[in-house]
Amino acid sequence: MNTSLKWIKDLVPGLTCTPQEYMDAMTLSGSKVEGYCCMDQDLDKIVIGKVMSVERHPDADKLVICQVDIGEKTIQIVTGAPNVAEGAKVPVVLDGGRVAGGHDGSVTPGGIKIKKGKLRGVESDGMMCSIEELGASRDMFPLAPEDGLYLLPEDAPVGEDAVAYLGLDDTVVEYEITSNRVDCFSVLGLAREAAATFGKKFVPPTVKETGNTENAADYIKVTIADQDLCSRYVARVVKNIKIAPSPEWMQRRLRAQGIRPINNIVDITNYVMEEYGQPMHAYDLDRIEGREIVVRRAAKDEKFVTLDGQERVLDDSILMICDGKRPVGIAGIMGGENSMITDSVQTMLFEAACFDGTNIRLSSKKIGMRTDASSKFEKGLDPNNALDAINRACQLIEELGAGEVVGGAVDVYDKVKEGRRLPFEPEKYNALLGTDIAAETMLSYFKALDLGYDEAKREVLIPTFRQDLECDADLAEEVARFYGYDKIPTTLPSGEATTGQLSFKLRIEALAREAAQFCGFSQGMTYSFESPKVFDKLLLPEDSPLRRAVVISNPLGEDFSIMRTISLNGMLTSLSTNMNRRNKNVRLYELGNIYLPHQIPVTELPEERMQFTLGMYGDGDFYTMKGVVEEILYKVGMRQKAQYDQNAEKPFLHPGRQANVIYDGDVIGYLGEVHPLTASKYDMKERVYVAVLDMPKIVAQATFDYKYSGIAKFPAATRDISMIVPKNVLAGDIEKVFDKKGGKLLESYALFDIYEGAQIKPGYKSLAYSLSFRAGDRNLEDADITGAMDKIVKALEAMDVELRK
Amino acid sequence: MKEKLQKIKDEAVRQISESKDLAKLNDVRVAVLGKKGELTAVLKSMKDVSPQERPIIGQLVNETRESIEKILEETKARLEAAELEIRLRHEVIDVTLPAKKNSLGHRHPNTIALEEMERIFTGMGYEVVEGPEVEYDYYNFEALNIPANHPAKDEQDTFYINDKIILRTQTSPVQVREMEKGKLPIRMIAPGRVFRSDEVDATHSPSFHQVEGLVIDKNITFADLKGTLAEFAKQLFGADTKVKFRPHHFPFTEPSAEMDVTCFKCGGKGCRFCKGEGWIEILGCGMVHPRVLRMSGIDPTEYSGFAFGVGLERIALLKYEIDDMRLLYENDQRFLDQF
Repeated sequence: MNTSLKWIKDLVPGLTCTPQEYMDAMTLSGSKVEGYCCMDQDLDKIVIGKVMSVERHPDADKLVICQVDIGEKTIQIVTGAPNVAEGAKVPVVLDGGRVAGGHDGSVTPGGIKIKKGKLRGVESDGMMCSIEELGASRDMFPLAPEDGLYLLPEDAPVGEDAVAYLGLDDTVVEYEITSNRVDCFSVLGLAREAAATFGKKFVPPTVKETGNTENAADYIKVTIADQDLCSRYVARVVKNIKIAPSPEWMQRRLRAQGIRPINNIVDITNYVMEEYGQPMHAYDLDRIEGREIVVRRAAKDEKFVTLDGQERVLDDSILMICDGKRPVGIAGIMGGENSMITDSVQTMLFEAACFDGTNIRLSSKKIGMRTDASSKFEKGLDPNNALDAINRACQLIEELGAGEVVGGAVDVYDKVKEGRRLPFEPEKYNALLGTDIAAETMLSYFKALDLGYDEAKREVLIPTFRQDLECDADLAEEVARFYGYDKIPTTLPSGEATTGQLSFKLRIEALAREAAQFCGFSQGMTYSFESPKVFDKLLLPEDSPLRRAVVISNPLGEDFSIMRTISLNGMLTSLSTNMNRRNKNVRLYELGNIYLPHQIPVTELPEERMQFTLGMYGDGDFYTMKGVVEEILYKVGMRQKAQYDQNAEKPFLHPGRQANVIYDGDVIGYLGEVHPLTASKYDMKERVYVAVLDMPKIVAQATFDYKYSGIAKFPAATRDISMIVPKNVLAGDIEKVFDKKGGKLLESYALFDIYEGAQIKPGYKSLAYSLSFRAGDRNLEDADITGAMDKIVKALEAMDVELRK
Repeated sequence: MKEKLQKIKDEAVRQISESKDLAKLNDVRVAVLGKKGELTAVLKSMKDVSPQERPIIGQLVNETRESIEKILEETKARLEAAELEIRLRHEVIDVTLPAKKNSLGHRHPNTIALEEMERIFTGMGYEVVEGPEVEYDYYNFEALNIPANHPAKDEQDTFYINDKIILRTQTSPVQVREMEKGKLPIRMIAPGRVFRSDEVDATHSPSFHQVEGLVIDKNITFADLKGTLAEFAKQLFGADTKVKFRPHHFPFTEPSAEMDVTCFKCGGKGCRFCKGEGWIEILGCGMVHPRVLRMSGIDPTEYSGFAFGVGLERIALLKYEIDDMRLLYENDQRFLDQF
């Protein structure tokens, strides 16, 4: 919403603030001003001049020498403007003045300074201006020529300020009005707020009774068939229409509102729409069949040509204005070609109605057409405003001599909207705000806002234009707005103390993040929605349950259409981005949800499972990633030995380099090298390693319950064991033997050598472990260890393992 | 005997003083005091001495030994100090050579900003809670006083799964879920992912994060809201930060406000960063609408509360001067390394 500041000041005569003061105060009282623009900020010393004579320039074909009367004297100006003529009145910028830009419409910040000088040897004391040089456009000044000077009306007063004459000495204020304040989408509504904000008197226009002795009811009959969508329809009639330009004062105001002046009738309609916030529509009454208006829903697939010449296909949710035979307009959105006003119009039917806001919004969306009118109606207008607005318009028609207004109005308004009454409870408002504002002060704010007060019942009377005021909290806000949010004290909540904390889940997540960061992994974030093509990139079989995803019905595009069921795509995409940008040794992790539907189609919320996803390329390999996984598990208190099952069966991972991570018998995640086919689908040529931990399972097993087990007092005895092992026997299988047969004294073991190659027979590999035995209460003797070692060796030999001496 | 001992001592002292390093010195010690050393030999010959003389000679030998040992120790200490000095002199390094880094990973800027906020609010007794990202329309809209066909539903550009299920457009539904639990008082913040149908550009993303705040108790006032958020702003942006509350409208709070903070770049004088205004808009807030309280089973005549919502990315972008939101979701290592 934009308004002219001058218009506001006309409605609030005491208002003397600067634009900046206006912006600050209005914003703090709740009508947020986004910004303002002084239309004359780059205009200086521009007066109305009259061209007295035009002579040829002796040395230039395209230039002429003019003598221009600027009131107190006549000056000489050389110009190349094609439309200059003797007797023309034009804006003249004097020596030392400024214009906003070039005549081609280009704008120079700060304006262009005009100085006297010589043009091809002839003195020129100033410049005559086009509309573009005044910072305006032909759009707002339709009479301006395409190329040339802006010609002022013959009665323009010579010597006076041309900027003021053209209404360019105004400031356009741009507001961000919140959806609850329908009344503020009008100049009157904002002026009322301004008056209350600055403590000045609000003087709305006085609307007098208009019309001749005839009765509109003799011209037109109105029936509302669908009252649920149209609560009021007011019709008035104007005859003997004289289409002409509207007066300068009206054009000025419309221009400042950003509306192009067209002719008196259109301009009046627009003027009142701005002023009252009530859209109106004018029909050529002679083209209304049967002198009858019926407001009804369209038939399904009904076709209709709107006044922009477009054919629209409608349905039975859309409200139509019809005459005795056919539709003549889409209610609240746009009139029809078949009844539109033309220059030859004789008699006009004027409509001010109130339509259901939601219906207009949905219809406008459905038809794909949002007009100035529909954008007002969709907010839900006050039906009590309609009659005032149309009477105001008729008053302007009379004042401007645009036609003869027929007496009376046809007003179909069955369910009259009544204002609300709310109890006046100043103590409640103070309790909610934490203030101690006097009841009289509160009432004074209400009065300034045109809220009434019934002293006997102690009730606030809410006018229907303030449909947003429904309860005591709403009235408390009105008090707060005009008392000043800044004057409300600042305190901290008292009352029962509460424990500030993170949930166990969040604490575990924080620890896992910390561990990953210690291992060199940086945190990434990726989108929760992705393309269904991801499943193919990850080589998931057609029947994979992971392909059953929650689908967004109105996505931003197919690439963002499903909620991820697996967290790898974001990670692989991020790694690929890094690889393509030649970043070396990249390590990333992400903590984000996957979304697993319980059923398709979705009828309840999907299960959201937090996944800890790690990915890396560059330095490091499978075992590096495995180490990171184990660091994370250790950090969150999961200190049993994790098992690794090579049969993870992840199609997107290298078949020989993947494993499920098993903790306490439960699969808690997986890791591996990304399958070269998947990697290439992400345009990655290096080896990439990933790990995914399922956080709900981690959180279930994690603990902060650490126990100190003492520091060993007695030395350990170590035994190295070196063996030739069949290739298919895993290190994990050997370690299981140590775990089972090592006895209580076996404290730990560590692999210190692994070798395959020339010295080892084919199909075998060499492994060497160092076993460490220790007792808590004594030094160990050989005899203590021999038993355990014998058992281990025996078990190993049973697995076709050969000990090396 | 006395002369002999004196001679041994003199000879030892001479040799000690001629020792240029610890090895030489050790040779001297062995030669004099060792098992086969000269002084040891004298001691061994004590059996030939008459019992009367033995104590005297014994004492003499011991005195000689002690004085040699003393000189030895002193010399040893001196030589050690000299050797250490030489070693240290040889071990001078170029301290300006590059560091050997343990390349630690980095937190995402969103997380840094979030942890900062969590620290501030847990310090004030707030619990950090979470809610589902795929949410019922009821919690995201209806229970927040945004009925069907409310224009706010359009404004927020909701992603729909179906009529009843959506991607939450705000973290506010967590308020309702928390209030429905019926445990009062409530002091919570709820960070999380939210979704709106905005095309990706430098200032928009269809997926971003909010941090919701909610306090419900007896006698909670708008003044409490102001005080709490002013304190939050000071802790997040610096002790000199001032706040400004402007009236605004949200369907689920009344009165409602937007909070601006003084520009942390220019301190409020106006600069390019704050577009010359001196103020930067940070969050929306308000007193929980009585209808919202009632729908969640809380009696508005007994309890009141305030709520606020902060855009996490907005804070991160402002605080760390990141000029393009897309950077937050690209995960370029060179970007993340800067946090």
